[in-house]
Amino acid sequence: MQPLTNRSKQVDRSPMTFSEKLYLPSIAKGMAITFSHLFKKRPTIQYPEQTRPFSQVFRGLHVLNRDEEGRERCTACGLCAVACPAEAITMEAAERQDGEENLYREEKYAAKYEINMLRCIFCGLCEEACPKDAIYLSETFAPANFNRQGFIYNKQELLIPNPVTEKEAYEKAAGGRVRKPVNE
Amino acid sequence: MNTFQITFWFLSALAVFSSLMVITRKNPVYSVLFLIITFFAISGHYILMNAQFLAIVNIIVYAGAIMVLFLFVLMLMNLNKESEQQKNKYLLWSSGIAGGMLMIVLIAALDTPDPAIITKPGTGEIGLIKNLGTKLFTDYVVPFEISSILFLSAMVGAVVIGKKGD
Amino acid sequence: MTFSLLAITLDWALVLEKFLLILVVVSISLGFAMYSTYAERKVAGFLQDRLGPNRFGWFGLLQPVADAIKLFAKEDIIPNKANKVLFVLGPGLAMLAALMTSAVIPWGDTLTIGDRAVSLQIADINIGMLYVFAVVALGVYGVMIGGWSSNNKFSLLAAIRGASQNISYELAMGLSIIALVFVTGSLSLKDIVVSQQTIGWNFFLQPLGFLLFMICAFAECNRTPFDLPEAENELNFGYHQEYSSMKLGFYLFAEYINMFISSVIMSTLYFGGYDILPFVDETKWGLDPNVLTLLGFGALMIKTVFFVFFFMWVRWTIPRFRYDQLMNLGWKKLIPLALINMLITAAVVLYLQNGWPK
Repeated sequence: MQPLTNRSKQVDRSPMTFSEKLYLPSIAKGMAITFSHLFKKRPTIQYPEQTRPFSQVFRGLHVLNRDEEGRERCTACGLCAVACPAEAITMEAAERQDGEENLYREEKYAAKYEINMLRCIFCGLCEEACPKDAIYLSETFAPANFNRQGFIYNKQELLIPNPVTEKEAYEKAAGGRVRKPVNE
Repeated sequence: MNTFQITFWFLSALAVFSSLMVITRKNPVYSVLFLIITFFAISGHYILMNAQFLAIVNIIVYAGAIMVLFLFVLMLMNLNKESEQQKNKYLLWSSGIAGGMLMIVLIAALDTPDPAIITKPGTGEIGLIKNLGTKLFTDYVVPFEISSILFLSAMVGAVVIGKKGD
Repeated sequence: MTFSLLAITLDWALVLEKFLLILVVVSISLGFAMYSTYAERKVAGFLQDRLGPNRFGWFGLLQPVADAIKLFAKEDIIPNKANKVLFVLGPGLAMLAALMTSAVIPWGDTLTIGDRAVSLQIADINIGMLYVFAVVALGVYGVMIGGWSSNNKFSLLAAIRGASQNISYELAMGLSIIALVFVTGSLSLKDIVVSQQTIGWNFFLQPLGFLLFMICAFAECNRTPFDLPEAENELNFGYHQEYSSMKLGFYLFAEYINMFISSVIMSTLYFGGYDILPFVDETKWGLDPNVLTLLGFGALMIKTVFFVFFFMWVRWTIPRFRYDQLMNLGWKKLIPLALINMLITAAVVLYLQNGWPK
């Protein structure tokens, strides 16, 4: 068989020589190895203070996007729910009333929008299915929770902050991932 | 009553009390533990008689090694009430008589014309390691060597018994 | 004679001095042991490319306090079928045996406070070495009583495993000390240190003896590679399996005190104790004797810290021995080596004293 590394060694079962029986030379060798590790660089990441950078294609918690005027983009078409292989998304549609034009971009909107993060497999198919660029997977992940109810995220938890009134929070939530709203 | 006397009476009371506990306890593990306390009290007496070497050797050999082996055996035995052997009445009497005889012999041995020789406190030099070593290797060298041969034979015997199974 | 003091009326100033000294020595031992638990984890971390505890306090320095609070707050369980008196006595005995040794160790030369010379040694008895040996022998009882009184077969087996290991290694330890006593001619630890100040450290005269003593010290402290009494994973936890809360803490703490004390003894016996540099007469430096005493105490502490680090270094390098390997090493290698060492030392000492026999 082709060896995978050049470090493979044949097992030697010949009786130990006197110097091997003394153990001391090999113990000294081992101690030198452990001592050299005192001066090695530590790969530890001090988690809450330091974080590991996310990869460019990391798929975390979902956000529901708004346009540049702060209107929700989602029209409750249900394509994301259809695309979802884990059936994690449920929604209820509602019709936009007069005077709500500053809240919803289209005439139809999602009155209720829930994602069960325990079911979600973070495949990103919802993001690809959305014709309105309304749902994105961000660079955060679901924090731990004591009960299951806490993992069912409703619309208020999913919505991105309003870019007009809370600009900084919006930028933070959008990160480099959510496509900036464009008027098509 | 000075500190020496207080220490002496305390150690004596402790020794007598714990040796009584040794023979009256039902649980042999307790007996062994009280015997260890007895050894400590006796070591204290040795120190009062300025025999520090004897005191420490008493602790190392008896309390530190022999009693541990006793505990070994006792702890590994199954000390249930059911497996307890029926005690022979005659055995009890004979052991009582034998013990009593030993006590008489000891009391007789202590009854020397001048008891102060034995109990002179804190002045004896014989128990110090230097004097003891010189005495052992000059005046008493033959008994000393004979006793070491005795130990050697005991060791050989132990090895023979241990190797019997192989 | 130290003990003839008992016969005369007590010198209350001396009693107070010794009491304070005991207080200081015991608190140093406990504090040192406390921080060795922290150091152990820190060293383990560093040797394994980790960081070790660094959350509570500056560099995690308050970690031992947190551990103590945790141990005290744990539920204290005494098994229903355990022998309650002995179960409580066991950890106490372990702790007692660990702390008692510090009485005969010379922590430094004399300090002069006012017109009173205070010796930094609690009791300079002329059989100090044997006293250490006796206390080490008594350490077995904490293990055995704890293991037996738990009324658990595994604890009992582990206790017997530990006790037989301790007894086996005591022999080789004693034999290596005898060779040392041949060289120094005294059993008093103070005399041993004083003789090293003039003729150089004993390590240079007894390298093999030191090696044997150190190996036996590892075994007596139940440290890796001889930590079979508390082999957690493959041999069941050990004699303190049924213990919880601070009783367990006492057992684990006693191990660290033992480690500290045996490090001190190793530096006292073989590395000059409070002697600062070998082959150098420190009194010629022209320093105040008190300063020199404190420097000597510092030197002893530096040596001790090194040995404690060495204990930890070995622990995180060498895997545990198998039980038969342990017994083979103790009885078939160390004891013969110690006997040979003793014989050669005795021959050389006799030759130097009396010359070649005619």
